[in-house]
Amino acid sequence: MAESIVSRAFIVSGMPHILLGGDRSPGWKSLHDSYAQVRADLEACDADLILYFSTQWLSVIGYLFQANPKPTWTLVDQEWHELGSIPYEFAVDTEFAPFYAEEVKQAGHHTALVNYHGFPIDTGTVVAQKLLNPDNRLPAAMVSCNMYSEKNEMLTIGQAGARALAKAGKKAVVVLVSNLSNRFHVKEIDPAQDCFSSAKDHEWNLKILELLGEGRMEDVGQCARDAAREANGDMGFRGIWWLNGLLGQTNKFTGHVYDYQPVWGTGAALVRLDPAAPVLPLAHLELESESEVIEAATLHDPKLKAGATGVAGEPLSAQPAKPAAVSAAPPKLVVSAPPPKAKLTADLINTAKAPAPVGAYPHARREGDFLFLSGIGPREAGTKEIPGVTLDEDGNVIASDIVAQTQSVIRNVKTILEASGSSIDKVVDVQVFLTNMKRDFAAFNKVYAETFGDIGATRTTVEVLSLPTPIAVEFKVIAKV
Amino acid sequence: MAEGSIVAGVLAPHPPHLVYASNPPQNEPKAECGWEVLRWGYERCSKDILAQKPDVFLVHSPHWMTVIGHHFLGLPHFKGLSVDPIFPNLFRYHYELNVDVDLSLMIAEEAKDLGLTTRIMRNPDFRIDYGTITTCHLMNAAWDIPIVSISSNNSPYYFSNEVGQQQMAVLGEATRRAVEKSGKRAVLLASNSMSHRHFVTEPEIPEDMSHEHVYHHGQYLWDMELLKLMKAGKAREMLDILPEFIEMTVAEVKAGALTWMLHALGVPDYPAEVYAYGTVIGTGNAVVAWHHEQNRQEVAAHG
Repeated sequence: MAESIVSRAFIVSGMPHILLGGDRSPGWKSLHDSYAQVRADLEACDADLILYFSTQWLSVIGYLFQANPKPTWTLVDQEWHELGSIPYEFAVDTEFAPFYAEEVKQAGHHTALVNYHGFPIDTGTVVAQKLLNPDNRLPAAMVSCNMYSEKNEMLTIGQAGARALAKAGKKAVVVLVSNLSNRFHVKEIDPAQDCFSSAKDHEWNLKILELLGEGRMEDVGQCARDAAREANGDMGFRGIWWLNGLLGQTNKFTGHVYDYQPVWGTGAALVRLDPAAPVLPLAHLELESESEVIEAATLHDPKLKAGATGVAGEPLSAQPAKPAAVSAAPPKLVVSAPPPKAKLTADLINTAKAPAPVGAYPHARREGDFLFLSGIGPREAGTKEIPGVTLDEDGNVIASDIVAQTQSVIRNVKTILEASGSSIDKVVDVQVFLTNMKRDFAAFNKVYAETFGDIGATRTTVEVLSLPTPIAVEFKVIAKV
Repeated sequence: MAEGSIVAGVLAPHPPHLVYASNPPQNEPKAECGWEVLRWGYERCSKDILAQKPDVFLVHSPHWMTVIGHHFLGLPHFKGLSVDPIFPNLFRYHYELNVDVDLSLMIAEEAKDLGLTTRIMRNPDFRIDYGTITTCHLMNAAWDIPIVSISSNNSPYYFSNEVGQQQMAVLGEATRRAVEKSGKRAVLLASNSMSHRHFVTEPEIPEDMSHEHVYHHGQYLWDMELLKLMKAGKAREMLDILPEFIEMTVAEVKAGALTWMLHALGVPDYPAEVYAYGTVIGTGNAVVAWHHEQNRQEVAAHG
């Protein structure tokens, strides 16, 4: 069997409060104490280096790689300067950095090695290093987080890391330094009363942690976009995609959540992922290995709704919980069984968040860089309701509102595009089918322009005698991925 | 004590490229040339501003980012090495500067009275952000005038551009009140670029000007619209369209420095002086001054 390139992976918070906060907050203290167990588990790893990706090391010109063999400084955080100074000295694996940079360059991105005294290592990486690897037991490697990157690019950068490890013949402990939700309290608080800044953030965090606790890394990657949008995910949860790319985009892990606490309103967690099978680099770029159906099935699983069992065996309260350590129960091995209807290839996309197809076709199909959507109508997902259509008892249309129908079509199109790794601004062509051009065109056209006016997609609008359901409008969309 | 006054306000962007291309002794990397239009415009502006003998520079930089209110440097002296995290190849600057702590505290107090959250930064190991360093160097390379350094409060990013700009208007009012009470002659520096879409690659020779141009025409048109309003003395109209400008050009003024400065100046209705406009890796940058004291003198003399 091939040797795994990853010994273990960890997701940790890099908030300086955990390192410097002392007893001021029970939550910060709890995380500090839990970090000790993370460190022990990290030190038990068979690895050549510790590979950091921190959402606090931001780049805008491609990707940077730390190449200074011994970066030394005294860090003071821009925001949390009153907590104190953090002197640091890293031992960097300078042999690995050019391997990683080259793989990222081969993937088409600008790269640079940074080897300058005084180059600012971000607070997150420094905090993690001080708590996990303070004596430089393992040499470190670091790659920046490009703030403009999207899902596929982050997957690519993660995959490049896996190839670099294989080519360098190294085995890594991988550490993603990232909060979950990242919404701060924007005024002074009493640290002892620190709580999650939003109940919604907290609920999403618990959903994410439940998946991570079950080792379902790929599933987390699939729902990261929604989680980021809904819960102000740390740098859009980019780090999750990077980690997912590096770990091979699978659910084959044993997960363990050490702790989860609020830090100045954000969701800070400590998580371990143990590979249940060797982690190997993908032979070629694979950007979406499993269907978004998994995401949809997961997020609509009633078990994950409020009131059901959460990470710690506690009800998922709508109110922010008091700081409390997550159960230290031993991790359970979960071989992820595909959710129902998950049997799709990488090219076919269905999502439960859009209305179910009325025939044997997917919501969308990816071919190369293009995404082809099936005809999309205004019906609401999960129901038979059609916004803007009123039917009598016999199912005859007694009122038709083209504005409401068009708005609903556009919502459905957006949902499917986003479930496919695309977005509305990447639409290149739209075919529109209206059942009554004379009556509806002007109103439809106005609604259409509100969304598509600045996108510049080509469009063809035709009148048809009827559509399969009692709807007055349907879109056929082609988009770039 | 005579009442203090704001001598001038300057839109003073902070591309580290301009320091790099100037080859000052404080900066480690050395360049052949580059971005002359902006650099020479900055030189003229600096000369005009220093001729007015200010007591203090107040600088608001988007690269000291905070979310718990507005932070102020609260120690009298800082010395260190500022390395740009994005362009470390261009900017590794050894700085030494003095802070007007008294005025910093006065502004923070006024801001608190007006409902803003403020903090004072008193950690001696703190590293000054490269935006502040770049703008201050380009305005006064001798570093012989103390500064007040104000962080960019990013919490309004959670809400909307309008909310963010409103908060900066309050900070501007607090700044004006504090300066007047201080008896000092202050120059305000809004360390912001204009349009901020930029290229995501860098030429092998950073100062190779054959690669330098505006990112796209739409950005250029927006920049010209704003500059036109500045030159016409229509700061109010400019502030009105600023939220849309920010949306359209991903503008750094979202961080609020320009709004802060213009409100501290009482939203001037006299023409600003545009010293230069140019691009740096595609972003639009302008050096623009509102000569507040001169304008007041002219009004007093001529009605």
